[in-house]
Formats: sequence, C-alpha cells, structure tokens
Amino acid sequence: MEQHTAYSDVLHEDTHGGGTKEVIKVTIILSVLTIVEVFLGFWMIGMEENGFGKHFVKGVIIILMLAKAFYIVGYFMHLKHELKNLIMTIIVPCLLFVWFITAFLFDGNSFRTLRNKYNPVYKQMTTEKAPATEEKKDEKKPGQE
Amino acid sequence: MATTTATATVAPKYWSGGRSPFNVEYGKLMMWYFLMSDAFTFGAFLIAYGTTRFAANGWPNPNEVFKSYPGAGEHPNAPLVFVSVMTFILIVSSVTMVLAVQAGHEMKKSRVVFNLILTIIGGLAFLGCQAWEWTHLHAEGAWWGHNPFLNSNGSVGHQDFTNFFFTITGFHGFHVFSGVIINIVMLIMTLLGVFEKRGHYLMIEKAGLYWHFVDLVWVFVFTCFYLI
Repeated sequence: MEQHTAYSDVLHEDTHGGGTKEVIKVTIILSVLTIVEVFLGFWMIGMEENGFGKHFVKGVIIILMLAKAFYIVGYFMHLKHELKNLIMTIIVPCLLFVWFITAFLFDGNSFRTLRNKYNPVYKQMTTEKAPATEEKKDEKKPGQE
Repeated sequence: MATTTATATVAPKYWSGGRSPFNVEYGKLMMWYFLMSDAFTFGAFLIAYGTTRFAANGWPNPNEVFKSYPGAGEHPNAPLVFVSVMTFILIVSSVTMVLAVQAGHEMKKSRVVFNLILTIIGGLAFLGCQAWEWTHLHAEGAWWGHNPFLNSNGSVGHQDFTNFFFTITGFHGFHVFSGVIINIVMLIMTLLGVFEKRGHYLMIEKAGLYWHFVDLVWVFVFTCFYLI
C-alpha cells in the first residue's frame, strides 16, 4: 500500500527538461562535437608520431568525448533532471574510473619501459621494420620472453 | 533510538520512508544500476586495450586500417568517413528514442510508434554498417589472432590490435542487437496498447536508457579505436 502511494508520486512528478527544444539543442551540440572530433582526426593524420602536437590533439579529442558523454547522460538519459540522490548514486561509483584508468595506463607504460630496458631483443623486434615479404609468421615467435 | 522515532514525524525530505528517495520507480533505478555495471564491463575492456597500447612499442595506425567504405574501389583512402557515418546513425537513432520517450509522456501512441520504428531502423542500419566493416576486415585477413596490419613504425603488427578491435566492437554490436530486440518488443507492446491500458509509458523510458547507453559506449569506442 505504502509502495503504491510512493509509486504514484513518482508518476505524477514532472521532472521534464526543456522538451523538444532541448532535444534539438543537444542534438546540434552532439553533431557539432562529432564533426570537430572527426576534423581533428583528419588534421592529426599528417602529424609526427609521438610528437607534442599529436598528443595535444588527442587530449582535445578526449575532452570532447567526455563532453559528448555528459550531454548524452545528462540530457538524453535525463540524469541532469533527476534528484540529486539519484545523480550521486550513479556518479560517485563511476569515480572509480579515475583510479582505474590512471593505475592501469601507468602500469602499461612502466611495463613497456622495463621491457625495453631489460629485453633488447624485444625492443629490436618491435621497432625495426618488418621484412617486406611474407615471413611475418616466423618473425613473431614468442620465444623472446 | 527514541530520538529517531521522535524525528520521524518531522520527516527529512527523502529518507524518512514512505516514498522513493530517488523519485524514480524501481525498474528505472535498477536499469541505472545495471547500466553502471555494464559501464564497468566496457570500461574494463577499454582500459585493458589502453594498457596494452601503452605497453606496446608500436601500434597500427587506425587511419591506415579503417579507410574503406562500401562501394570503394581497389585502393580506398577515406579514413574516418565510414565510421563517422556510423556514429551519426547512432546519434540520430538516440534522438528519435528521446522523442519516443517524450511522446510517451504525452500519451501520444502514434508518435511513440513512429519514433520507435525510426529508432529500430537506425539500430539495424548501424548493425548493417558494422557487419560490412567486419566482413571487409575479415577479407583483408584480420580476425581474432590474425593481424595483417603493420605498426605505424613499420614493425610487425601487434597481435592484440585485432583481438581488442573485434572483441570490443563485437561486444558493443551485441548490445546494439539486444537494444534493437528490446525496441521491437516495446513497439509490439505499444501497438497492442499495453502501455495505454497501464496508463503510462515508463517502460519505453527504461528501454530508452538502455539505448542511449549503447550510444554512449559507441562514443568511447569510436574515440578509442578510430580517432586516437
């Protein structure tokens, strides 16, 4: 019974955002962000591998990606117009991603550095040009561990 | 103990019981929690991909791998074009889903049906694009365990490039597929008038949450695999 009253409360609660206008606005924002991302992707093609410019553009693309994620979750999934309780119960656990990403990427990086330092064979195999003919299969035997 | 029973009558706004502290119905809240756990699954995949990439001396250049499109000639050179089309298809289908949810709020059955059909078409179009891309890459010799593409520094291609690509886009494609199935079920239920009898279209909202999540994941997959 209690549940029934709580439920009908929910139904009549009017937590709409800005309606169709808002949807159009968000659609335009998402499209523009995607176009900018693709443009940056094209721009990046000619850049020097591992140079500062390329890393910088990649950083910009990641920021744009997060902006897109914000608009999708906030407006399309309506989270921005929900109660703060609900927002927090979703967002706070997602903060684990900060640790998750940082720790693992650092780990990958350190693995690469250590491997290059102590395993010159590995370093040579992964940096020298592949033979032009079809002997790739033999080249990459996992014996160098 | 005594004080808590005393203050219960003053009723702190949301946590005193008798109503949902989140102000959403049970199913929607659970959908949010499911999506959160799903986000961590996808997150784990993408972070594993990132870690492997950070640990590798070389990695294939996506602009050289994904540069074809249907109907292209022998030597296509159109990086990002086809995948941008796929991205737009998914964004547009997300928009039509929002419109279906809004139409549901206004109890407009025909609008709901119309927008749901558009959403389903968008989902199927995306799946078609992905099927084409997979077929194309497979024809080029790429598959789980086979990577024909050289690293951008010219060395032998990293094996995990294709492994991660097919696993993650495959997992995402499977989500799109189940999303389309869910939307078709929603369409049938709408046509049968189930929601009208029930008095609300909240079920469409839950299906919508799932569908937007699929779009959200694609934003990350698109960025991680094709752009950077």
